[in-house]
Amino acid sequence: MIHKVLWVIQIKFWNSRFMASFSDIKNNSQNKTRLGVFKFLFEPFAFTGRLTILWIKSLGAAAIFLTLAALKIFQNKQLVKIVQQLYYIGAKSTLIILLVGLFTGMVLGLQSYYALVKFGAEGALGTLVALSLVRELGPVLTAIMITARAGSAITAEIGIQRISEQIDALDTMRIDPLKYLISPRIAASIISFPILTALFDLIGIVGGYVSVVIVLGVTSNTYFYRVQSSLELKDITDGFIKSIVFAVIVSTVCCFQGYFAHMRADSHGAKAVGLATTSAVVLSCVLILLSDYVVTSLLIQ
Amino acid sequence: MDKPLIEFQNVTKRFGTKTVLDQVNLKIYEGQVTTIIGLSGGGKSVLLKHIIGLLQPDEGTILFRNRPLRHGKGRHTSFAKGEISYMFQDNALFDSMNIFENVALPLLETTNLSNTEIKKRVLARLEQTELTEAKYKYPSELSGGMQKRAALARALITDPKIVLFDEPTSGQDPVRKNAILSMIAQYQRKFGFTAILVSHEIPDVYFISNRILALYNKRIVFEGTPEELEDFDHPFNDEVIQSLEGLQAELTGLASRRRFKVLYRAQMKRGQQGGEIYSVALFTLDALESVINRLGYDIAQETVQHLGSFINKQFSPVGGFSTRFSANQFVTVLPYTDLAEAKDILKNFIADFTEYGIHNIVNGNGEKQPQNACAEFSILVGLAQGQPLMNIESVIDTAEKNQTEIGRVNCS
Repeated sequence: MIHKVLWVIQIKFWNSRFMASFSDIKNNSQNKTRLGVFKFLFEPFAFTGRLTILWIKSLGAAAIFLTLAALKIFQNKQLVKIVQQLYYIGAKSTLIILLVGLFTGMVLGLQSYYALVKFGAEGALGTLVALSLVRELGPVLTAIMITARAGSAITAEIGIQRISEQIDALDTMRIDPLKYLISPRIAASIISFPILTALFDLIGIVGGYVSVVIVLGVTSNTYFYRVQSSLELKDITDGFIKSIVFAVIVSTVCCFQGYFAHMRADSHGAKAVGLATTSAVVLSCVLILLSDYVVTSLLIQ
Repeated sequence: MDKPLIEFQNVTKRFGTKTVLDQVNLKIYEGQVTTIIGLSGGGKSVLLKHIIGLLQPDEGTILFRNRPLRHGKGRHTSFAKGEISYMFQDNALFDSMNIFENVALPLLETTNLSNTEIKKRVLARLEQTELTEAKYKYPSELSGGMQKRAALARALITDPKIVLFDEPTSGQDPVRKNAILSMIAQYQRKFGFTAILVSHEIPDVYFISNRILALYNKRIVFEGTPEELEDFDHPFNDEVIQSLEGLQAELTGLASRRRFKVLYRAQMKRGQQGGEIYSVALFTLDALESVINRLGYDIAQETVQHLGSFINKQFSPVGGFSTRFSANQFVTVLPYTDLAEAKDILKNFIADFTEYGIHNIVNGNGEKQPQNACAEFSILVGLAQGQPLMNIESVIDTAEKNQTEIGRVNCS
């Protein structure tokens, strides 16, 4: 029922207005702007202007891309593909998240101990480890790790499908490539990021226990009491909100870069896929940290 | 003629500053095999992509059943897509899925059929395209020809009314090229779809095409039947067709159809002056269809090829020239020979043929022949004496009426 309503809204709304500009971006191979050092040195204003326009254009395209793909999550025959993607993006990232989480917690405990012991405040170790993990390090590091592991794979996979005409083939078979390739990945990211973040937080606190209690000899009761008493529900929900924001950013950026790998101005073919993968990872990481600041400042108020 | 299925009206397409199609007008009719020929990079694929809507024209309209494919600047209207399948030049198979999944995908995603029904249909298609053994292999594990067949199976799985083939024979050896073309022709007859091909394979495509469109210098310069193209007087003919035909002739050893006509005309001219006579022999490989069905396209084509080169070898020393006349027929012209002499020459030929020829033809494909599979076929030959000023078609007709069996391959 709900997907039918959404479908109708989408057809009425997007078809008329935004698809036109979307397909312009898809088809404007002649408008590729080459921006290089030369242009920057000799035409600085033109360079900045073009860069800004290019950025705003791609931002708009990415927004339309995301909206269309998100609406198509709720259509028929998506469940199987979402579960498949959950396996690749979520389940297969578990081990690396556990490993990174454990050592992040351990090193956090270690560093904080040497700082706090100067003030005789080693009792507050539990608070510091738990709060910084749940509020900040958990969501951010999880997102960066999944970008490195799954995001790059998404871009490369979709990029290769694009340059070998497999996406065009889908199109000719009346299979919507956005629905078939993009929507399941966005849905799977939105589901798996918070779960993996929770895992990261948990194992990070265990890591803190390993270094603080077992290695440095702080009593176990103090550590866990501080962890428990300092954490509020708001800390945890804020962390989850962040991880969902990151999920949307990472999956959109990675899918978008792969999907339009053939439109790159700087290269063609296999090289374009490589560059798309690089810029997907770099852009995702930068946007994770940028949006982290924005979201945190909004949530703290 | 009835209404066109697809019509281009002044279609222009540019990439940046480069114009690829310039005011193209063309018509494609339902139920026919239409072939678009032209030079590489001349925009043939671009033209095909306009039909399925992967590309949009900059100017002009494309009518599909008299309805424009696109209104204004909106999205490509997809009503045509349901009826059209597209076979990409480099197959565009999904390389991380096996062949079965590749072929099943269109049904899985666009229909509500049950899994058992889908499985049944896919297996039937794979059987028809001789891919049953490769169904769990990945595209990269298959040979080029098998990949082509897989792409064909995928294109045909939805029972399309129109199939677009973008150079279905590119990158294949001459035998396999013919095999793919005859496969397309056979499926076209079997399923009755409208086929639109882009191809370089002149003259092989003539045997299967109802209509030829020639794309030259960004425009369609010719629309008509293959026979009409022979008499078409245009730079296109000299540049494109003759060079392609020349290449083909070098590969098979037979005279190309055009060269054959030139030789024939020269013969006629001499005939007018000196009253020379000549004879025509028509060779037919009977029951080609049953060979295809029993042994597959490749072996059938090899058999035809072997017969062709054997005929050529036998008759060139006595001054005869031969060409492939249709999918399973060869014509040889023996100049300065009356019927009695021709019969003598043919007697020698038959003696040689029964001694070596059949042996060769069977041996030629013996290695690839699957065990326990065998097909019976016979070879017929007919003779006719041509008079000067007589039309060659009518001489060939007479030869066809006089045909008798000269050799037969039996299963034993």
